[in-house]
Amino acid sequence: MAKIIKAKINGILLRVEEGTTILEAAKRVQIKIPTLCKHPDLPPSASCGICIVKNRGSHKMLRSCCTPLDEGMDIVTHDPEIVEIRRTVIELILSNHPNDCLKCARNNQCELQELTADFGIKEESFPQFLRDLPIDTSTRAVDLDPKKCILCGRCVHVCQELQDVWALSFLERGMKTRISPAGDIQLADSPCVKCGQCSAHCPTGAFVEQDHTAQAWKGLQDPDKYCVVQIAPAVRVSIGEAFGYTGKNFTKKLYALLRRLGFHAVFDTSFAADVTIMEEASEFEERLLHGNRPLPLITSCCPSWVDFMEKFYPDMIEHFSSCKSPHEILGVLSKTYYAEKNKIDPSKIFMVSIMPCTSKKYEITRNDEMSASGFQDIDAVLCTRELVRMIKQAGIDFDSLPDEECDSILGEYAGAGVIFGSTGGVMEAALRTAHYFVTGRELKNVKFESVRGLKGVKETEIEIDGKKLRIAIAHGLGNVEYILNKVRDAKLNNKEMPYHFIEVMACPGGCVGGGGQPYMVTDELRIKRAQALYEDDDQKQVRCSHQNPYIKRIYKEFLGKPLSEKSEKLLHTNYKARPVYVK
Amino acid sequence: MYTKVILVKDTDLKREDKTREFYTRLLDYLREASLHEQIQVVRVADIGVYEQGLVVKVLPDKVTYINVQDEDVKKIVDAALSDGKIIEDLVFKPKAKQCRIVLRNCGKIDPESIEDYISSGGYLALKKVLGELGQQKLIDEIKISGIRGRGGAGYPTWMKWNFAREMNSAEKFVICNADEGDPGAYMDRSVLEGDPHSVIEGLIIAAFAIGASKGYFYIRAEYPLAVERIQKAIKQAYDYGLLGNNILGSPFNLDIDIRLGAGAFVCGEETALISSIEGKRGTPHPRPPYPSVKGLWGKPTVINNVETLANIPVIIAKGGKWFAQIGTQTSKGTKVFAVTGKVKNSGLVEIAMGATLREIVMDICGGTLSGKPIKAVQTGGPSGGVIPENLLDTPVDYENLQKLGSIMGSGGMIVMDEDDCMVDIPKFYLGFCVEESCGKCAPCRIGGFQMLGYLKKISEGRGIPEDLGQLRRIAQSMQKASLCGLGQTASNPVLSTLKYFEDEYNEHILNKRCPAGKCSSLITYSIIEDKCKRCGICFTNCPVKAISGGKEEGYSVIQDKCIKCGRCFDVCKFKAINKK
Repeated sequence: MAKIIKAKINGILLRVEEGTTILEAAKRVQIKIPTLCKHPDLPPSASCGICIVKNRGSHKMLRSCCTPLDEGMDIVTHDPEIVEIRRTVIELILSNHPNDCLKCARNNQCELQELTADFGIKEESFPQFLRDLPIDTSTRAVDLDPKKCILCGRCVHVCQELQDVWALSFLERGMKTRISPAGDIQLADSPCVKCGQCSAHCPTGAFVEQDHTAQAWKGLQDPDKYCVVQIAPAVRVSIGEAFGYTGKNFTKKLYALLRRLGFHAVFDTSFAADVTIMEEASEFEERLLHGNRPLPLITSCCPSWVDFMEKFYPDMIEHFSSCKSPHEILGVLSKTYYAEKNKIDPSKIFMVSIMPCTSKKYEITRNDEMSASGFQDIDAVLCTRELVRMIKQAGIDFDSLPDEECDSILGEYAGAGVIFGSTGGVMEAALRTAHYFVTGRELKNVKFESVRGLKGVKETEIEIDGKKLRIAIAHGLGNVEYILNKVRDAKLNNKEMPYHFIEVMACPGGCVGGGGQPYMVTDELRIKRAQALYEDDDQKQVRCSHQNPYIKRIYKEFLGKPLSEKSEKLLHTNYKARPVYVK
Repeated sequence: MYTKVILVKDTDLKREDKTREFYTRLLDYLREASLHEQIQVVRVADIGVYEQGLVVKVLPDKVTYINVQDEDVKKIVDAALSDGKIIEDLVFKPKAKQCRIVLRNCGKIDPESIEDYISSGGYLALKKVLGELGQQKLIDEIKISGIRGRGGAGYPTWMKWNFAREMNSAEKFVICNADEGDPGAYMDRSVLEGDPHSVIEGLIIAAFAIGASKGYFYIRAEYPLAVERIQKAIKQAYDYGLLGNNILGSPFNLDIDIRLGAGAFVCGEETALISSIEGKRGTPHPRPPYPSVKGLWGKPTVINNVETLANIPVIIAKGGKWFAQIGTQTSKGTKVFAVTGKVKNSGLVEIAMGATLREIVMDICGGTLSGKPIKAVQTGGPSGGVIPENLLDTPVDYENLQKLGSIMGSGGMIVMDEDDCMVDIPKFYLGFCVEESCGKCAPCRIGGFQMLGYLKKISEGRGIPEDLGQLRRIAQSMQKASLCGLGQTASNPVLSTLKYFEDEYNEHILNKRCPAGKCSSLITYSIIEDKCKRCGICFTNCPVKAISGGKEEGYSVIQDKCIKCGRCFDVCKFKAINKK
């Protein structure tokens, strides 16, 4: 039992567990202490200096983000002196910031802008100083504009600690300090896996997704193009946040919305997720029953994870599912199967993916296999935040949109397909189908509670046909090491493999916490988004991918069977070891 | 076998060095009197007394004679051989007395010889600690002594140790902070170079106190000799069984390693120092948790400054009570200062806490070299403040200096006379801190930079009265909202000069004048025709050809070209250059 601390904040007596920071404790008595660097996902870096408070009787000010409330403290969070100091610090930060809010991707969504407004700062009271630093657009996924960086360190923490990628670090010191990959190289040449968590955590516009809305508009306005769109599972449960709804599923509104934006065909990535499961579950069955390739099987539907694996764990390539990510599958099927059936010239198809993810922007040109249809399978990727902007640009009243259905043959999905958006979802979906493939019997209960939830590493055992399968799930790349080191250890020492099946998603919470999702995500929000996906699954008549009649149809009419020659050609890819640093 | 040593040094800089002459004379006399095997004569480079003619010091009696004449040779030798007789009219009576605890062995023993250190009582304290005292009594003794950290902040040493000792951890660390970085300060360096074993002994005792089995010296790489001496001393200590396993036969084990600092000032801050040793970027971290709870590699760690550690063996040997007698109510023991600047005798001074600044600067260091009155004294290096002349009678201790808007700091002390500008001085120090800011936290990173901008503006004559308000505003936010000591104190030089010398700021702002004649943008050089003898020396010496004219028509300064280097002013023999 944690010790209980008694103290006062602004005269209000409160009891908290020992170790609770003043900032956290203040929230419990309805006081919001402003901060620019503390993010709920991260330990305090104590770099902005705005969250200072006083402890009565001491002349020193304390940083509430990193100071635990102590017995008998009498904290003052707001008084004229504190407010004045906070204002001065904000003004100092503004003196080293471009303050070109109108032209910034974070306009209206910027934490610095919000604080500036809250403090009523209307002028630049200190001389401006900006270093002329170039914008790094090399990743094709996330852009870094170091001029807008306020050095809060969130991205560095996320990149190093949460994601274990270490692409970002602080360079130089004093006023010259800046964020950059070590060695002052471009992000594309660094270990960066384009997960975009830096952009999701950045309080300002220093890290933003590479904007592809112009490209999307151009395609939509081209009379020669046949515009096709797909939405990822995680987008439907987060898009509402831009319009004041949390944890709500807007699948059908999105279908209507995308048609209004001008798309000719609206598909759902969840359908392609069902295809992924057919292929992946078959791979698993092959490996488990026939042993032609080694176990554990590791999921591959997250491009950041693929990039991470290629850079840091190339020895795991043989364990990787060769299955492409669902949106790539939908892309290639649109430009082959769908085009054939509807007699559309695939060269005219303009295919857009709406994703919770920045990495998919990079993935679409990752290698030649991303053009398996003979054309680039996906033409543009928009993340959730970009779609929100397009909705607003198009003047669409989101709230009053009617529900519509998606277009046939590449749209209808099983419950399994939609839970892809949450950590553990791919595993759960795969297990539902793998069970059928291995045993020939349907599951009575398709829910696998033990693979759900936000625990960083989930390890569990599942019985299929009397055989115990050891499962591991990691989300947030920082949690991968633990699992893969066990696998490495077993390989090196010829021991029994610790797992049969491993799911990894690069972003914390899986795609619901993706790098392209709306800002200020917390675990609470991740849970709500995931919950909305699980509810969608619960309400579906068809819960398992192999039961989806459209899936049966596409295999019958086009693909043959899972892992058939055609499937392998269109739906699978391969991997190669990549250097962590390009140069 | 020598029984006495006589040190000789001519301390009069204004004449030719007569040391050798006197040395020969003395030797000759001793040989004549057949005393040359009894008394050794040594010529020394520095004898610790200045401008007192020929100075002779008799050891081990520690008697110093000044203004010695040739005919005094016999008297001195007789007195030296007598039983305690002193030549009253020659003996040196210092006005203020230094009290050497930290520097006790510096210059006396061979720093590269552990035998020398041991024969001067070294490692006896360690023996006592391991043999009789034990952890609790050791910490009690340190508590009684009242010693506070000499790194600057003055945190009670025993409390640091006690916190770390109480932590239940299989692994603990001790670190000697030898990342001395204040401009002009070299106290720690002198101890490391002059008496390395005293610091090592202190570190071993600290390790024993908290139960650490691994220690580090974090020394800045710019101190190669200190590193070399510590390396040697560590090796010797291992050879003598003072480090390694079962130290002095006890169950206590300790290994010590050296880590070099790469030159970042902020790495003297303990949490940044820890990051640096861990191989990370040297930036400070929030405290709590304090290093004594969660330090190096997340383990309880005690970090002590060189000077603190050098005190420890003496405290143990002579007792905490003895140490507590020295100094003031709140600040016990001595403090070593590196006195530099416009002072006559610059150097290291170790005084008992409570001595006044005036005693240090005037009596020990002999006032200003120029003979001009002292304007102010700056303590605490770039984190300290400027103390004006009228407050020099303040006794030195942690609290008093803080009250005056300065700090003890690690012991840098810079003396300023009226040629020093009170806008220029804080500009220099702030410039240092801006350069050395790690860049992590906004108030320090940007605040320091902006303040420096205002100071530059004022010193260049572009200041406006509102600038002083801005300076104070930023200074306040830096003090209160910066994460570490560097940012919290970086504004001290500005605030203290604003407090004591606001007039001088206003002179710069309102009258565009630098009273000290230091701020080059505000100085104009011109030639006073009446005094000019048309020698042309200014003309030939001007590096930028900013003086025009000739021997016939006379000379004048072309103001647009003049870079205010002051060369003409210095070379003119007739005081015909006007500087204002």
